[in-house]
Amino acid sequence: MHGLINRAVQTFVCNTYGPDRWRRASEAAGFGTADFEAMLDYDDTRSLAMLDAVCAEIGRPQEDLLEDLGTHLVSHPQFEAVRRLLRFGGVTYVDFLNSLDDLPGRARLAVAELDLPQLELQEHMPGLYTLTCMPGLPGFGSVMMGLLRAIADDYGALVMLDHRGRLDGCEAISIALVDTAFAEGRRFELGSAE
Amino acid sequence: MTDGAKLQVILDRLCPMHLILDAKGQIAAAGPTLQKMRPGMAVVGENFLHLFVPKRPRAVTSFAELMTRQTGELHLKFRDPPETAMKGLIVPLGDGGAVVNLSFGIALFDAVRDYDMTGSDFAGTDLAIEMLYLMEAKSAAMEASRQLNIKLQGARIEAEEQAYTDTLTGLRNRRAMDHVLDRLVDAGGPFALMHLDLDRFKAINDTLGHPAGDFVLRRVARIMLEETRKTDTVARVGGDEFVIILDRLVDRNRLDRMARRLIARIQAPIMVKGQAPRVSASIGTVISGQPAGSALQVLSQADMALYAAKRAGRARHMFYHPDMSVSAEPRQGSSAPGG
Repeated sequence: MHGLINRAVQTFVCNTYGPDRWRRASEAAGFGTADFEAMLDYDDTRSLAMLDAVCAEIGRPQEDLLEDLGTHLVSHPQFEAVRRLLRFGGVTYVDFLNSLDDLPGRARLAVAELDLPQLELQEHMPGLYTLTCMPGLPGFGSVMMGLLRAIADDYGALVMLDHRGRLDGCEAISIALVDTAFAEGRRFELGSAE
Repeated sequence: MTDGAKLQVILDRLCPMHLILDAKGQIAAAGPTLQKMRPGMAVVGENFLHLFVPKRPRAVTSFAELMTRQTGELHLKFRDPPETAMKGLIVPLGDGGAVVNLSFGIALFDAVRDYDMTGSDFAGTDLAIEMLYLMEAKSAAMEASRQLNIKLQGARIEAEEQAYTDTLTGLRNRRAMDHVLDRLVDAGGPFALMHLDLDRFKAINDTLGHPAGDFVLRRVARIMLEETRKTDTVARVGGDEFVIILDRLVDRNRLDRMARRLIARIQAPIMVKGQAPRVSASIGTVISGQPAGSALQVLSQADMALYAAKRAGRARHMFYHPDMSVSAEPRQGSSAPGG
């Protein structure tokens, strides 16, 4: 699993629960060093073992933790770059939803080795969608749940999300867009501040 | 709707940075994004060449001259600040006028900031947004890579500092030697320490070059490893300085024989680059006292013995004797004289 993913989990856990608990989880999993490097590749078994150890240490189910990770990726100042890159997906939340099919391609543009599962958005009727996360990264659907919720806030949209479970490694999320202009949302300027 | 108006509606969507010029070079219509770049000013009605300065083709003074150009490629900038640079294409219309389509090219990043552009200011087919995305994504990725490089560089320096091996000869290095010596001194000995220095080594480096010098150092290293026991510590502690620590070997005769054999073998003629440089070595040996002195004392006594050997005419071996402490001139560090 790419270091960026591992590093995101590490940063999220350290920000939310403190570095001590991350270290303790790492020790419990039997790893010599607790640190993941963002630009290195790691064996999947190590990443998954670390995630299990973190869930045990914090005492929360994996789905909940990963959903919070997704929210964190959009809303925490340390991940501002991620929020901005996601907002390039479109001017409105609907544009953004439609851009999700391109998300793995966009991720690869940024970092060629970063392999995210394919995403497929299906529109049943205006405002009602199903997002399917293809197999490849277990729990990615849970992360997307948190991410979709947080980015809706970012756009000022009101949505209702429901994780429909896992089938053959695929995860399905139903998205009901209640209001596209529920709140003001956060500003997004094409030119970054730097 | 007239044909001109129809064309303008189409162009507004397809090319939001277009201008329609009349036969005199006056701006008859401007796309919404271009108009946005000059708020509070009527772009329509302006003279094209008053509003913009052509950069390529250069020195165009009249609209008629501009229209004679074959390719229609344009590089220009606004005459007033912000002097945003743009590139574009001018295509003649049948009535003597022309359509100009502009884009930011490489100036995109500044333009987006200067004019607070949004996605809807660009044509749906424009890759501007993708380009902005790519720039930010790559900057973020580069920064992550840079952080990793800094970390790896730090780790490499640390590893080098912790290394025990001299990379040129494969012998132990100064750090390893200090470590072994400290251990033996703490344990109280007995042991002997030889300080070996090559004679005239600098001349080889100077006349035959560093590769020849490196060859000589490796050869000397091999001889020392062959003439000592596996349990001995052979270290290169300076450019052409070596230290051999001989654990539990304090027999003067054996030590003297070993030292003479080392000198004899190092002196044996060799060929380097078609020449036969003269290499020899001087050795000073100290046998640990009961109790052993400090590591610093031991090294300084070996150094004094080496110095005495050099003074006695080089290619010699001498044991440390307390008298040397009196007669030896004060010296800096452990570098041997002559060289």
